Amino acid sequence: MTFLKINNLSVDYQMRKETVYAAKNVNIEVNKGEILGLVGESGSGKSTVGNAIINLIDEPGKVSSGSVILGDLNIHENSESNVKYRGNKIGLIFQDPQTSLNPILTVGEQLIETIQTHLKLSKEEAKNKSINLLKEVGIKDAVTRFDNYPHQFSGGMRQRVVISLALCCEPELLIADEPTTALDVSIQSQILELIKKLTKERNLAVILITHDMGVIAETADRVAVMKNGNLVEIGETKKILTQPQENYTKSLVSSVPPTNKKISRFVIVEKENSDKKENNIKILNRWTKKGIIDQDLVQIKNLSKSFDDNFFTESSKNSVIAVNDVSFDIKEGESFGLVGESGSGKSTIAKMIVNLFKPTSGDIFFDNFCITKIKQRSGLMKFRKQIQMIFQDPYSSLNGRLKVKDIIAEPITLHNPSISNIDLNSYIYDLLESVELTQKSADRYPHEFSGGQRQRISIARALATQPRLLVCDEPTSALDVSIQAQILNLLKDLQEQLNLTILFISHDLPVVRQMCDRIGVLKDGKLCEVSNTEDLFLKPGHEYTRELLRLMPKIESIYN
Amino acid sequence: MDNKSLSTWERIKDSDIYHSFIKSPTAIVSSTILFIIFFCSFFVELVTPYNPFDPSSLSLMDAFTPPSWTEDGLAKFILGTDGQGRDMLSTILYGCRISLIVGFSAIIFSLILGVGLGLTAGFFGGKYEMIVMRLTDVQLTVPSILMALLVDGIARGLISREMHDEMAIYVLIFAIGISEWPQFARVSRAATLVEKNKDYVSASTIIGVSNIIIMFKHILPNILRPVLVIGTIGLALAILAESTLSFLGVGVPPTTPSLGTLIRLGNDFLFSGEWWITFFPAIFLVILAFSINLLGDWMRDTLNPKLKK
Repeated sequence: MTFLKINNLSVDYQMRKETVYAAKNVNIEVNKGEILGLVGESGSGKSTVGNAIINLIDEPGKVSSGSVILGDLNIHENSESNVKYRGNKIGLIFQDPQTSLNPILTVGEQLIETIQTHLKLSKEEAKNKSINLLKEVGIKDAVTRFDNYPHQFSGGMRQRVVISLALCCEPELLIADEPTTALDVSIQSQILELIKKLTKERNLAVILITHDMGVIAETADRVAVMKNGNLVEIGETKKILTQPQENYTKSLVSSVPPTNKKISRFVIVEKENSDKKENNIKILNRWTKKGIIDQDLVQIKNLSKSFDDNFFTESSKNSVIAVNDVSFDIKEGESFGLVGESGSGKSTIAKMIVNLFKPTSGDIFFDNFCITKIKQRSGLMKFRKQIQMIFQDPYSSLNGRLKVKDIIAEPITLHNPSISNIDLNSYIYDLLESVELTQKSADRYPHEFSGGQRQRISIARALATQPRLLVCDEPTSALDVSIQAQILNLLKDLQEQLNLTILFISHDLPVVRQMCDRIGVLKDGKLCEVSNTEDLFLKPGHEYTRELLRLMPKIESIYN
Repeated sequence: MDNKSLSTWERIKDSDIYHSFIKSPTAIVSSTILFIIFFCSFFVELVTPYNPFDPSSLSLMDAFTPPSWTEDGLAKFILGTDGQGRDMLSTILYGCRISLIVGFSAIIFSLILGVGLGLTAGFFGGKYEMIVMRLTDVQLTVPSILMALLVDGIARGLISREMHDEMAIYVLIFAIGISEWPQFARVSRAATLVEKNKDYVSASTIIGVSNIIIMFKHILPNILRPVLVIGTIGLALAILAESTLSFLGVGVPPTTPSLGTLIRLGNDFLFSGEWWITFFPAIFLVILAFSINLLGDWMRDTLNPKLKK
């Protein structure tokens, strides 16, 4: 039976220059006892639809037409009824469990407060109800945990508390807005299991908003695909993911890195840069291309790094060990992947290789030369030129006050001060074209570009010194999946043509599988295992690797 | 994204700052007032018919003429005249020019000093940062007017009497500047700490760019917004500090009166009924400082993305 009915819903934001349609004529129905996945890339309007249901659209946005009918209640009809259904009939789960709980109230106080706002229960009854709820969402020792503060819970546990808060007034509809995006893979699967279990047991209607196709494949019964505020396609999850009808859905599905096999390239159906160009890498003329020698380009020996918190104590008791006795080699011309959850020390290793941090102990050899012991600037510059890095966040990795051409010119003029102006400009244009940007981009500022385009500028800057080793620290985790596919394709092409060695750092196993020849798995600063990519996925040697592989959301699960 | 590159003027017209300016009556009113004041003060020779510092144009007969709308007022002296027959309006504008020059110079001096110390302290960290920041803490415990008085006193001891009138304005600039810099140092250090951990700084380091260039080419332009905001409000403070010091008699000499000096001189006549001699410079000072503060307030709201809705 249809429980929630969204009719022709349009939400628009009256901006200074234009009216932005965050949602346009969206029709969605949700039944009790089912999970509807609402999937789309950033800016597609999926969260707007979620917010429209609870009448939480921020100014200057407004619902311009359409209606949301919950059971027999028309939500936008009068704003007085807000209090009645918000929290009461609709429960909400937000993305970040760190900020959705009040840090100065105990979990119990927050639960009791919410319950008493909506239900006429005495304090004692509310407390009993809260404890039962905490038990239901899988928190052990609920009676003692009841009096704990949010910071005493781990991220996953906190998200469970948030779920219990959402459930405490017996809602019939649950809206989960990216509930697992801020969590590690192993915790993500537990939370998704919990949501699935609650849906069945409580006969809830659930809207699961996410950008992750793997999550959708594993949890949702039906899926709605959104793009630029429009509903592209809606239907059975299995049908949408296996036989997408619309072009956009096809490109979305084909962009998702498969978890069960390695493919050579991603199929790009819709391209971000519409002007179609043959893939010629012009910088090749300038590139002093080195043949690949069968040698270890990077050797890392017993590398450790600890961060001291000795502000008050001056002792090393409080030091945090971020990297603990890690050794591995990267062969010239290969892509080496480093995988681990947050806090596993993978970024710290990257920063030590590019010489941003000094290791506490151990050595890094680059081309058989120890780079951790270089003292003079001139010696360091020789290696700076050969090792470059691409960062995770495309928004903070470019200086917003400089034009793109000045950003790219900086490394060129620094390492080749005698370059003529004409030569410099043509080199910048060649670099931009190699990363599939137009020459016009050179005169713009970074804020005029999208995340994916910014990441391309980052890559162009990194290539400007003609490096031999490219360290990529989560280069695509801030990007949408279709953009991710394009960037990964670009990196692959560049590597092939320029004989680059790549150190690829990611938490995303499917991506690493597509990109890397060998993989090292990190946990709490220690290296669990290093092995060839296919071996690692087919017969993982370490217990932790097996666990990671088992828990990662698999889009292929829909085929079984 | 448009395909054509825009000219600078079009860029300005297209920017959010321009639109927020157009939509804010406070910003428009205060900047118009400031523009008029600045224009009249800096081109004072063109604006006023009298030069109050040219003795030949003065007539003691005109002394103590009240404002033109009062009973004994004369139409040619709109705001009346002072004890030496100088036209009040002209004198105020000339005085305002001195006040503005001292205020701007002092704030630029403390800006360079404060931002320089704050930027390097935030960037290099360690012992150097600790010393600089403790220094600002110490400086902040001394009231700025006391600091300025102290500097002025020392300068008087060092410089001979004849030289002093000439040097007074530089001493004043230094005295005010030295008492305002901790603000800039604190703000720019805090902003530097945020910026230096961003990836674009790491990227430059990895490329091999030297620390000096990273500081001035990359970090400095990115911390200027908050510095600009407190700089504007600091300008009002500097002008007020100048007036206070001049009022106390340790500022600019009476031969080149600033707003503060005018208020002090007029103060002597307040109780004998010639209220306009001190009232108009004072009200002028209030309008000036108030407009600068309003403009600074608007700038803070506009330039701070956290306050945006």
